[in-house]
Amino acid sequence: MKSYILPEFKIKRDNERCIECQVCVRQCAFEVHKVSQDGSIYSENDKCVACERCVTFCPTKALTIEEYEHYIKDNANWTASVQRNIWKQAETGGVLLTGMGNPKPYPIYWDHLLLNASQVTNPSIDPLREPMELRTYLGSKPESLEVEISGGSVRLKTKVSPQLKLEVPIMFSAMSFGAISYNACEALARAATELGTYCNTGEGGLHEKLYKYADHTIVQVASGRFGVHKKYLEKAAALEIKIGQGAKPGIGGHLPGEKVGEEVSRTRMIPVGSDALSPAPHHDIYSIEDLSQLIYSLKEATEYTKPVSVKIAAVHNVAAISSGIARAGADIIAIDGFRGGTGAAPTVIRDNVGIPVELAIAAVDSRLREEGIRNRVSIVAAGGFRSSADVIKAIALGADAVYIATAALVAMGCHVCQKCYTGKCNWGIATQDPKLSKRLNPDIAAERLYNLVAAWAHEISEMLGGMGINAIESLKGNRLHLRAVGLTKEEMDVLGVKVAGAPLS
Amino acid sequence: MEGINGRRNISGCGLTGFMSEEGRLINGEAIIRSIEVLHDRSNGLGGGFAGYGIYPHKKDFYAFHIMYDDAEAKDASEKIIEERFSISGEEPIPTRKVSTITKAPILWRYFLKPELDECDKDISEDDYVIETVMLINDTIPGAYVFSSGKNMGAFKAVGYPEEIGRFYRLDEYEGYTWIGHGRFPTNTPGWWGGAHPFTILDWAVVHNGEISSYDANRRYVEMYGYKCTMLTDTEVVAYLLDLMLRYHRLPVEIACKVLAPPFWSEIDRLKEERKEEGNVFEALRQIYGSAMLNGPFAIIVGHASGIIGLSDRMKLRPLVAGRKDDMLFIASEEAAIREISPNLDILWHPRAGEPVIGELKRTSIKKQAKVINLKERIVL
Amino acid sequence: MMKRVYAKEEVCIGCRLCEVYCAVEHSLSRDIIRAYKYEQPKPEPRVTVEEKEHISFALQCRHCDEPLCVEACITGAMMKDESGRVIHREEKCIGCWTCVLVCPYGAPRRDLSRGKVVKCDLCQSTGREIPACVEMCPNRALVFEER
Repeated sequence: MKSYILPEFKIKRDNERCIECQVCVRQCAFEVHKVSQDGSIYSENDKCVACERCVTFCPTKALTIEEYEHYIKDNANWTASVQRNIWKQAETGGVLLTGMGNPKPYPIYWDHLLLNASQVTNPSIDPLREPMELRTYLGSKPESLEVEISGGSVRLKTKVSPQLKLEVPIMFSAMSFGAISYNACEALARAATELGTYCNTGEGGLHEKLYKYADHTIVQVASGRFGVHKKYLEKAAALEIKIGQGAKPGIGGHLPGEKVGEEVSRTRMIPVGSDALSPAPHHDIYSIEDLSQLIYSLKEATEYTKPVSVKIAAVHNVAAISSGIARAGADIIAIDGFRGGTGAAPTVIRDNVGIPVELAIAAVDSRLREEGIRNRVSIVAAGGFRSSADVIKAIALGADAVYIATAALVAMGCHVCQKCYTGKCNWGIATQDPKLSKRLNPDIAAERLYNLVAAWAHEISEMLGGMGINAIESLKGNRLHLRAVGLTKEEMDVLGVKVAGAPLS
Repeated sequence: MEGINGRRNISGCGLTGFMSEEGRLINGEAIIRSIEVLHDRSNGLGGGFAGYGIYPHKKDFYAFHIMYDDAEAKDASEKIIEERFSISGEEPIPTRKVSTITKAPILWRYFLKPELDECDKDISEDDYVIETVMLINDTIPGAYVFSSGKNMGAFKAVGYPEEIGRFYRLDEYEGYTWIGHGRFPTNTPGWWGGAHPFTILDWAVVHNGEISSYDANRRYVEMYGYKCTMLTDTEVVAYLLDLMLRYHRLPVEIACKVLAPPFWSEIDRLKEERKEEGNVFEALRQIYGSAMLNGPFAIIVGHASGIIGLSDRMKLRPLVAGRKDDMLFIASEEAAIREISPNLDILWHPRAGEPVIGELKRTSIKKQAKVINLKERIVL
Repeated sequence: MMKRVYAKEEVCIGCRLCEVYCAVEHSLSRDIIRAYKYEQPKPEPRVTVEEKEHISFALQCRHCDEPLCVEACITGAMMKDESGRVIHREEKCIGCWTCVLVCPYGAPRRDLSRGKVVKCDLCQSTGREIPACVEMCPNRALVFEER
């Protein structure tokens, strides 16, 4: 069948600058750049995914990628991308696949919320001169403590359930070995360890070589139960039951067999080359009481030494669901907003299902407080955190901490080309091809991750100090430090914030 | 958080307070003299006092001080009060004319005994009182209960504190603990209820500072049924203390460490040296993180059995303390203490976050032991 | 002991940028575009990336303790200097390729346009502290250290 699909991108090669070193040829796994018989280099636009690997590595910056200019008669409804998707489906009869998070221009509430700062009546605090505390503990908290003072010594009489200690309120979100390369997993684990925070295995099991980072690893138990065994649960600081994912609420996962090589096979405990299919629901969790059973099964298996998290996608009824999860015995609820990323998801689901995490955090935090059970669980927000400002706003809305993943990938080199599902990631991240995965040097990647989070932590300290606050817990749920611009009354009500300029009460 | 005129106040202030740990009763003139020295720390937009042991003849009754904007508010409130309490006495709060104090609301006081019906028998009298206070403050426009403890009372108004003290005729009361406050609000609500102290039951808090953690603290206490309806961040301190001390039964010293906790670096060090103690502080911050007060503050808290002075953990607001015999003094400035007790046994500047705690040594309150000469300089 | 360039094949991505930067470093202009597009003779790299399937690494003169090339060189162009480097003195080179024949690593390369051998001098001639290939490797697959 003749394809009607036109290229999306056009590669421009500046022949004044090109030295024909062929670095671009070697770097492109999509085989865009080719050497012709006479030794000159040419490019095939239609294969380009705009990952910018060649552009970044070209030593003379001779390459640029541009949008392919083809005229589609101006139409607000039938845009070029809409038509392209229809052609693809007309030619293949298949579900459109994609990677990463929802790219559509839905409102980004972070950009409608502004932070407060101290002036005159309350001194701002300079984090360079005064202590600034970002340490955060995740886990179920008792309502009160019993403390005994006798003979000049104090003693705690209440037993506090296990807590995760975070030196920065930012963790690396679930990304499985299989979806991402071993080197990427190692870089995340090393960075988490150095930062005093946690990385999350996703549903792909934990490679034996990463057991040494157990104290900074959260292991996931998902519907496919890949790689779940006793040792796996032991080599973790916390356990996470994955119910849903922001990029694809309500559906399962699919790791194509091509990505299941020796190592992935051993780690996931599935045959080499077989597709790894995670069912949409856990087939032993059809209701909230079933979830409770799994939570307590995991707690029993680990002798109540580790907090258990439950991760859900932010959906319309997220507040009530979270309340149920809290009451089912979870210590942490991770809420993944609709901008959360994925290695592979149907485009139509990624782009149309779920709700923004900003609204979900606010709704869940308010609901749990109304019910007086906010202490029982920690809230971790995930899905599209782009900067320290997003993080601090999430905490002010009511989150205890956040998960970042896309930002972590970008730090390692990802250019959000959304072709994770092809396994041909030129940056060595979302691939199992040994030739590609070695492109990600874990030394460099871990350093870049460390730098990113350290930089965000600095910025959070500056913003906190500006508000006259020197401990992050004093900002948690402190929505008076947020003001809205350009939102409707209803949106502000859900977010629990006032419009900028309104009096304090 | 809808205040009467929809404004929350930010203020700088002067604080003073003292108690006789032996329970000797001291004339209210002393607290007026002490706060008068701190005149320049206020700007005439509010001040107030709380005295303990002032209603010995009605000491078993909850003393409600209520301000009403109008008779309508009074009628509506009294309807609630009559439904819920037996009233042992009621009267206007005695005042004298002071030229600078104007626009006074109707000031009334009631001595009440809860009448818990069948449905309420599971809750304590204290909870029942809190419920009533929240109900009136939250639902009746123009009515505001500003004092609700036993054998104690709060007095507050718009004006300079020394004028307010004279307006309320504090020289006619005797108490074993007194606290006082003069405000320097940075906006002008002109509402009497916005003045300090803030009280609930016998807790009375005067505060200098601005609590940056306010909304975190507010949303935390509101989980437990408190309603922050007022126009200042100070009332949340009263509710936090009530929650921690009365409900959670934390020792006072520990509750102070919740409000102004040690830094993590100190806790980490403590955990190495004295593990058990370190664990206590770690757990306190883990569990009571939302009760921590952040931002600059110095507070003096009065309650039935004592007095507490506390500054934030960076000491961004001043606080000094002194002792003379059985007397404990706490104030923003040394001068406020020296004014009423020039020859102190000891005077010190408490370190950041270090509480000053005074405790009533006897349960029975002594009748005034020392005659205080009002005409001359007061010497306690 | 001397510092040598070592390859970390597990992170060598076979991009051959080491070759590019080596050539530029030893070019006349030391400007990448002028060197490649306008210089004659064309600059030659002193490093070669060896590659098979997903294994690749950059190879250059090992500066052996007992260098066969020095022993074999018939004009004395190859010599080991006091710092331990194996130095190739171009003016003495006659293009007999004996060193190419004896080197077990295949490090000396023939510059056919000039009829002389070129080989890694650890960027001594260009005055760098760290050889260009090491410093410019985008994936830290080359290190310059004592072992």
